[in-house]
Parts: sequence; C-alpha cells; structure tokens
Amino acid sequence: MSTGADSQPRPWDASDRAPLVRIEDVSRAFDGVLAVVDVSLDVHEGEFFTLVGASGSGKTTLLRVLAGFERADRGRVLIGGADMAGVPPYARPVNMMFQSYALFPHMTVEDNVAFGLKQENLPRAEIRARVTEMLDLVRLAAFARRTPDQLSGGQRQRVALARSLAKHPKLLLLDEPLAALDRKLREETQFELVNIQERVGITFIMVTHDQDEAMTMSSRIAVMDHGRILQVGPPATIYEAPATRFVAEFIGAANVVEGRVLRREGDALVIRSEPCGADLVARHADDVPRDAAVAVAIRPEKIAVVPATNAGLNRLTGTVSEIGYLGGVSIYHVRLATGLTVRVQITNQARLSAPPLTWGEKVTLAWPPEAAVVLTR
Amino acid sequence: MTTLSHRLQTRLAGRTGRRLVIALPYLWLLVFFLAPFAIILKISLAETVTGVPPYTPFLEFAEETFVRVRASFDNYALLVREPIYFKAYLNSMRIAGIATAIALLIGYPMAYAITKAPPAWRVGLLLLVILPFWTSFLIRVYAWIGLLKNNGLINNALMAIGAIREPLPLLYNEFAMIVGLVYAYLPFMVLPLYATLVRLDWTLLEAALDLGRRPLGAFLAVTLPLSAPGAVAGSLLVFIPAVGEFVIPDLLGGAGTLMIGKVLWTEFFTNRDWPLASAVALVMLAILVLPIAVLQRRRGRAPDRGA
Repeated sequence: MSTGADSQPRPWDASDRAPLVRIEDVSRAFDGVLAVVDVSLDVHEGEFFTLVGASGSGKTTLLRVLAGFERADRGRVLIGGADMAGVPPYARPVNMMFQSYALFPHMTVEDNVAFGLKQENLPRAEIRARVTEMLDLVRLAAFARRTPDQLSGGQRQRVALARSLAKHPKLLLLDEPLAALDRKLREETQFELVNIQERVGITFIMVTHDQDEAMTMSSRIAVMDHGRILQVGPPATIYEAPATRFVAEFIGAANVVEGRVLRREGDALVIRSEPCGADLVARHADDVPRDAAVAVAIRPEKIAVVPATNAGLNRLTGTVSEIGYLGGVSIYHVRLATGLTVRVQITNQARLSAPPLTWGEKVTLAWPPEAAVVLTR
Repeated sequence: MTTLSHRLQTRLAGRTGRRLVIALPYLWLLVFFLAPFAIILKISLAETVTGVPPYTPFLEFAEETFVRVRASFDNYALLVREPIYFKAYLNSMRIAGIATAIALLIGYPMAYAITKAPPAWRVGLLLLVILPFWTSFLIRVYAWIGLLKNNGLINNALMAIGAIREPLPLLYNEFAMIVGLVYAYLPFMVLPLYATLVRLDWTLLEAALDLGRRPLGAFLAVTLPLSAPGAVAGSLLVFIPAVGEFVIPDLLGGAGTLMIGKVLWTEFFTNRDWPLASAVALVMLAILVLPIAVLQRRRGRAPDRGA
C-alpha cells in the first residue's frame, strides 16, 4: 500500500536544494559491537522519512545520534547545514517523540506541552496560546488539566506528539510512535500522524519495525539491517524494485528463489533455477555475467493461476498444500515437484462460498517477466 | 447446588484466611506498641513515691468497695511550667533538623551516584552503605571520640602537618553531636532515596533535555520532584530517631547539651521520677507523630502520581 508518492513533490530529487539533514559516513559502536555502520543519508525539508528495520538493526541508535543522546564515533551529522558535533540535545533544533512517550507524571497535560516553551522566555500569553494550539491539533483540549495517568494509551501518545511539536522544531524524530497502540487505533493514527505532519509542515524522521507502517506513512523509506542502510527510496520503489534480497523479504512478502544466469534475451535474463526446476525469465536492465549466482524475487500477488493448457514464459506446476483465507485475499501455498513451496496471493473478487482452489489441486502458476526482480545482492 | 456451596465454602475460608493475615500485624501492634503505650500513659498520670514501683497506683481500692482512679496531670503541667523541658524539646528538634538536612545533602548525591553506577557495582556500593550495621552502634560512636578528641586522629594529623597549633574543639559540643547523628543515620537516608531514584524512568530526563532544558534544569524539573517521596521518607527515618537520640548526645555532646533523650534518661534513672519521664516520652511522641499524621493525610488526599 503506497500513498502514491509519485504524485507528490519529490524534494530528494531536486539537486539544487541543500538537505535539511545530512548524515555523512556515521558509525557508532557499543562495546565493540557495531550498531551503525557507515551510514550516509540526506533527508529533505517536509519529508516524512522512515527508518525501518528489525530490532537491533541500528535504526534507533541512528535516531538517537540525530537527537544528540548518542555521539557518532565517526562521521558527521549536519542539521540545517550546521555540524551537530558537540551540540548537546538541548541546543539542537530537533525534538523527539519517545517510544515510551516519556510524559512527566507529576505534571498536567498542559504543563507537559508547555515544558519545552517555558525556558524560552516567551510571554505567558504566547505559551498559553501555543499550548492551546497544540492541544487542539491533537484533539485533547478537554484533557488539559489531567495528569498522564488519567489518560488512555492513545491520549498519552497524542500528548507526547503535542509536546514534541510545541517548540516548532525543524525536525521531529519519532521512535516507534505507534508501537504501544492496539492495532485498530494504530491504523487510524497512521493517517492522523501523516495529516498532522502535512499541516505543521515539519520534517519527520520515524523509526519503526513495522513495514506496513513505513509503507503507509512515508515519503521515503530507508531499510536498515545490521547497522547499514540497504536501500533508500519511496515506498513504491522499495516494494517494486528492492535492491537486495533482504529488502525484498523484509518489505512485503516475496518468493525468492536462487538461480544462475544462462543468457540475455533482449531486456530480460534467462535464469536456470534449480529449486523451481525450470528456467525463469525476468526483466533486468543491468548486465549480469553469465553463470552468475542471482536470486529472483516474485511477489505473491503477481503470480496468477492459469489453465494447464496455457503456454508461455515462467510456468510452474504444483499442488495446493495450504490455503489461508484472509477475507479480501486468499493465500495459497503451492508445492512444486522439486519440493519448493511458492506463495500465491489471489484477490477474492466474487463472493464465494467455496475457495476457487482446494487442497491437493494441481495448478499451473504464471507471471510475466516484468513481475520478477533479479537480485544480485 | 454443590458447586454453589463449595464456592461459598472456599469464599468463607478465603475470608478467614485474609482476616488472619490482617489480624497478625494488629496483634503485634497491640501487644508490643499499644499495651506499653497504655502503661506509660498510666504511669505519666501517677505521682512519684519512694518504693517499688516508684509511683502511685492508677486504681485504688477505697473503703474496700469503691475503686478510685488516681490520675494527676501535674507532670504535664510541670513540662509546660518549667522552661527547661520546652528548651530541650526545641533544641532536640533543631539538632535533629540540622542533622537531617545535612544527611539529605550528603545522602542524595550518594544515592544518585549509586543509581548511576554500573549495575554490577550497585550491590557492592549498597553493601558499603549498610556495612556499618555489622559493627555495634556503641563502638562506632566511641570510634568518633577517638577521631574527634583533643589528641585524636584529626587534631593530631592537623597539628602534625602544621595546619593548627592548638587542637580544635571537635568533641563534646554540638558539632560532634551532629557529626555523630549524620554518620549514624545516613544509611536510613540513602536507602529510601536509592529505592526511588533507581525506579525513576531516565527517559524522562532525556525528554527534558530534548525539550531544551540544560542538565541542571532537567534535574530540578524532573528528577528532584519525582524523587521527593524518597527524600521525605529518608528525612523522617533520620529525623524521628535523631530527636529522641540519647547515646550520641551523651557520648559526643558533652555535659552542656540539652537534648530531650538525655532529659528523659536523667528523670528516669537519676531522679527516679518515672511519672515525669513517662510524660516527657509521651509529649515527644505527640510532637513526632502529629506532623507525620498531617503529612500522611495530605499524601492520601493527593492522587498517587507514580514516582
């Protein structure tokens, strides 16, 4: 699911504008264990940028380096063109929304929101106006006098957001902002957060382990693994053109099979795949030497079930071994003669009392060459 | 039906069990606190006589049929009339207050440092805080005499390096008494403070820094108010025993110090005036319990805000 990033302005393509955040070759190790390795990244003004990865991928460390809670062992961080080396958290034009929310339990909601404004020597009336503005933004005006322990989880999350936005930072860092919410609320809040970001016009950098969240909310995503950034791009690019096998498998579901390059046929490569017991044809522009070991990734929804008589490229036959009915779609596991299981997703367009395929049924799978991605890494 | 009666049975059993559990501490309080308290109260209302026991009985048989209550408030009246007692109370509270304040000033950084120490160190550091309890209290107080006296360790060392010519008057004064009190009761300040600080959510401090507070401002706005319950608990644990302390004023404070613990001792053992000593003890109890009761009520009214 993508927000249709292609229709939006793409500040990261405009080379004439300096990025708001520039991360240059940043590395950070804890007790000799590398948490962040040679990360370079530009984030532009107005972006909703997401660092996505499994736990331990270094995404939170990178966020804390930006906030100033961790220093970088090597490399530079520039925010608004200024080098952040040696700049403590309280002097950075950055605010953070903590995963635990970190609301002050001994203060009311409005005091929490006003906390960051109070040492700025603003007139009292202005502080009050700003607090009201923020509480209206997150629809919590009625709860101004409550303390955090008198709020629900979702309300606390919104107080944390209001507090971190109150100072109008250049950059807001969000550490797993939705992780503590239950599923239904999380999905609603995803869109609310995007709307708020567009309204306030502040650049967001979010950390999440949830790839759906990253896909739904972000203008661009950076996929991290073992401290490195594997790929940066808009959600659609990450999904449709994953750069590595890890990205293909981490973002969305994918069937990834090994193979060796046989030859080039026009704009496609012919790949002999032992696990499939067949030659696969996949569109790939870059040159890959003959006999190179590659992987082919095919998304489950791009595979069709066709009649056995239907001939063409990329045909595999097998039997249905598992059926998962998810309502809108059904997931089928098809076992090939080689023992490989292929995941196929079919949209349930008609109201059916029985699934179109049953267990043990012999099926033929097919996909066009442009549906598959050749992964050399 | 059987399930219902069974359920009823287990519920009744549960209720008696719960009652028993609640009754035990009450029984303990009744036997070891309330009963002695009643006896002291009774003695405080009696008059001194020479004999065993050295006070008049509370109930007296008069003309074989009547039971006469003999209660006199003379002792309490004396406490009000004689300014020496008032002064002793006031001085005790002043000394205890100073000792508590100093213990807080020393104990807070100690507790904070232990909390911030690497987890592997913490147990060792806490052990060091309570290590003095392994030695007799009396011996530790005597040790301070060895340190503070005119030809004691400190004065000798200072004279040896030529910092002073005459020994400093370190012992048998208020200074020595306060040193002793702070030393003896410091663990009672450190432990509750540590308990609150170690449970503090340190991301709150990060949040304060992130929102623009400098480290000191963040400490004042977040750490200090959230560790206040520990500071209050520690201060009470130091202040209350310090007010009634007898050994430290007697050994370190010298003859001139007027502390209520010493007054009590003198009335009881030297003057053998048990009723007056009892009255002194009860008034001290009232002075100590009242502020705590007020504090408890205030805390009960305000909703518990974590920490």
